[in-house]
Amino acid sequence: MFRRNGSQCVATFAVDEVRVLRKVAGEVVGLLTDGMDHTDPVVSRLFPDIYPDRPDDSAEFRLYTEGELKTGKIDQAGAILAALPDEGEGEVRLDGEAAEAWLRAINDARLAMGTRLDIQADTDLSEELELAVVRDPGSSRVFQLSVYAYLGYLQESLLNALPEID
Amino acid sequence: MALPQVAPVEAPEIEEAPADDRPWVTVVWDDPVNLMSYVTWVFQKLFGYSRERAEQLMLDVHHKGKAVVSSGARERMEMDANQLHGYGLWATVDRA
Repeated sequence: MFRRNGSQCVATFAVDEVRVLRKVAGEVVGLLTDGMDHTDPVVSRLFPDIYPDRPDDSAEFRLYTEGELKTGKIDQAGAILAALPDEGEGEVRLDGEAAEAWLRAINDARLAMGTRLDIQADTDLSEELELAVVRDPGSSRVFQLSVYAYLGYLQESLLNALPEID
Repeated sequence: MALPQVAPVEAPEIEEAPADDRPWVTVVWDDPVNLMSYVTWVFQKLFGYSRERAEQLMLDVHHKGKAVVSSGARERMEMDANQLHGYGLWATVDRA
């Protein structure tokens, strides 16, 4: 988890954390580069219609803005990959700009995973995780839910480690 | 050789569409994934709102399902919504 150190946000990641973060950031990049499918609920969540009741206007706006938006999202996921140690455990030190990129990228990853996991406003994450463990402790859902929860804690710790904006 | 000077043809009068001075708004919708602290941070960061104002807006989104976060010219609102999408917030543009 992140803590403040001078003007930087610092975290020490264990081997497994580095592996998971690399995987998650890589999956976001993959999703954005593999020719996006707009019927995929994850893609529509990351790139919402700007005019929900006017599909033509939304499509026209998308035509002019989506490329840049997509590049921005790929770059912010790339900031995670760039700051992590290549392998093994290690320390990550982020300046203000890198911390912002991490926050945005972690958020994209949580949106993607949360959509796939069908997280709702009333979802109790620990209850959901217990249920999944009872059904099959080795299931992909157990892993996905754990990573989703972990990313939430990580994002919160980074927000707390940021210098005050005011 | 210069062409003879002629009086410019009067441009036909184009009827101006009535100016619609109702402003446009950017609306942020509640979603089950974004952290409350993150949404507050985005409002501070992007709009320069004070922590109090940003928190109030975040709470409006959370409790009422949506909140108007900025208002003004249409193009400006489109820019705001687009930037909010960059942060992963669910934003749309509408008439006030």
